[in-house]
Amino acid sequence: MIRAFSYNEFLFLLSAVQWTLALSAIAFIGGATVGLVIALARTSDIKAVRLAATGYIQLFQGTPLLMQLFLVFFGATVMGLDLNPWAAAALGLTLNASAFLGEIWRGCIQAVPRGQWEAASALGLRYPGLMRYVILPQAVKVAVPPTVGFLVQLIKSTSLAAIIGFTELTRAGQIVNNATFQPFLVFGIVAVLYFLMCWPLSLLSARLERRYALATR
Amino acid sequence: MASAYDTTDVPAPRPVSGEVVIRMAGVQKWYDSFHVLKDIELEVHKGERIVICGPSGSGKSTLIRCINQLEKHQKGTITVNGVTIDAHHRHLDQVRRDVGMVFQQFNLFPHLTVVENCMLAPMRVRGTSKQEARDIAMKYLARVRIPEQADKYPGQLSGGQQQRVAIARSLCMNPKVMLFDEPTSALDPEMVKEVLDTMIGLAEDGMTMLCVTHEMGFAKSVADRVIFMDRGEIVEQATPAEFFTNPRSERTRNFLGQILTH
Repeated sequence: MIRAFSYNEFLFLLSAVQWTLALSAIAFIGGATVGLVIALARTSDIKAVRLAATGYIQLFQGTPLLMQLFLVFFGATVMGLDLNPWAAAALGLTLNASAFLGEIWRGCIQAVPRGQWEAASALGLRYPGLMRYVILPQAVKVAVPPTVGFLVQLIKSTSLAAIIGFTELTRAGQIVNNATFQPFLVFGIVAVLYFLMCWPLSLLSARLERRYALATR
Repeated sequence: MASAYDTTDVPAPRPVSGEVVIRMAGVQKWYDSFHVLKDIELEVHKGERIVICGPSGSGKSTLIRCINQLEKHQKGTITVNGVTIDAHHRHLDQVRRDVGMVFQQFNLFPHLTVVENCMLAPMRVRGTSKQEARDIAMKYLARVRIPEQADKYPGQLSGGQQQRVAIARSLCMNPKVMLFDEPTSALDPEMVKEVLDTMIGLAEDGMTMLCVTHEMGFAKSVADRVIFMDRGEIVEQATPAEFFTNPRSERTRNFLGQILTH
C-alpha cells in the first residue's frame, strides 16, 4: 500500500538527522584522536614509526569507505564478535577519518618552518613541550579550514552507513520512499537536510580562517 | 678600504680565564659524501668572545650548530661545561640549557607575544612559576631596551627589534654560552647597529660568545680570537690584531681581500 507523503514522514526524516549528526560526531572525535597520533607518527624521527603510519594512511585512502564498512561489519561477525550496525559504522568511519585527518595534519605540522623547531630545541624544549607549545598551536591555524572541509565530507560519508543497516538520514529516506514512492520529493528533502548541516560548517571555516589570520598578523 | 687593516682601534688582548666552557675534539661531520667539518679542534674559555668567519659553505654555521646538536656530528667529542654530548638525552638537555642561540632569521614564535616568547622556556623547561618567568622576561627585555614592546606580537616589530627579543629570549634561560649564527645578516642596514650594540653590551658583561658573522668591525673591537674557516677546516685562528694585519694563510688573505676591499 502506498502512503501519501505527510507531515509525519517529514518528521521521521528530520528525526533521523540526529543519528547522522551523532555518527558524524563520534567518527570525528574518534578520527581526530587517532588522526593526531597518525600525524605525529608521520612526522616522527623514527623511520619504523613513520613507515607504519604511512602504511595505515595508504590502506584507508586506497580502498573505498564502503568496503571498509563491510569489512568491519562482516569481519566482526566472522571473528565471532557481535557488532551492531551502530558500532560497526562508528568504528569504520573512525578508522577512515583518522587516516585522512592524519594526512591533512601531517601537512600542517610540516608547514611550520624548520626554524621554529630549531629555536624551541635550542631553548631546551623536549618533543612533548615543543609540539604542545610551539608547533601544534601554529599547525592548528593552518589546519582549521581543511579540517572543517573534511568534516563536511565526513557528514556526507555517513550516508554509506545506510547500506549496513544503520538508520541515519539516508536510510530513513529509503524507508519513507519505499512507503510513499515519491523519490524526487523524498530524496530532495534528504539532500536539503544534508545541505543545512554542511553549509554552516563551511561558513564557520571561513570565519575561523579570518580570525586566525587577524590574530597572527 | 685601507682602514680595515688599521690596527689602532684594535684593543690589546684581554686576559681570559683558564676554565674551558666548550671543547671540541676531532669533530667530523658529513652530509652524505660532503665532508662539512674536518677534524675540528676548538677550546673556548669562560668569558671568551670568538668570531668565526669564512666564505659561505665553509662549515662555520654547522660548527656552532653542532655545539647544541641542532646538527649531529658523526665523529669526535663535544663537551660543554663538563658535559659530554652522547646518546643520553639527559646530557643533551643539560647542554641545551647552558647554551643560548640566536638565529639569522630570529625564529621568534609568531603565535606568542614578545613576553610570552621569553617566558616559555623558563616555565616549560626550568619549571619557573609564571610570575617569576614574567619578571625574568621583563628584566631581559629591559636589558635589550624594548620592555615597552612586551605585549606585542613578533610580526608587529622591526627586524632589529625582533632580533633583540630573540637575544632576550635566550638570556632568560641564563645560559653560560651564547651562540650567534649570522645575527645581523637578515637585517636592513640601519638595524644592524642596534643588534651589534646589544651584543657588545653582552660581551662587556662577560658573556662567553661564539659569533658567526661577517661584521669585521665587531670582530676587531669585541673578539678575543678570530677563527677563519674554509672548506670545513679551521684554517687560522688569531687575535684580531694579528688576524687583520698579519694573516698567515693564503686562503685567509684572499678572503680578507674579498670582504674588505669592496
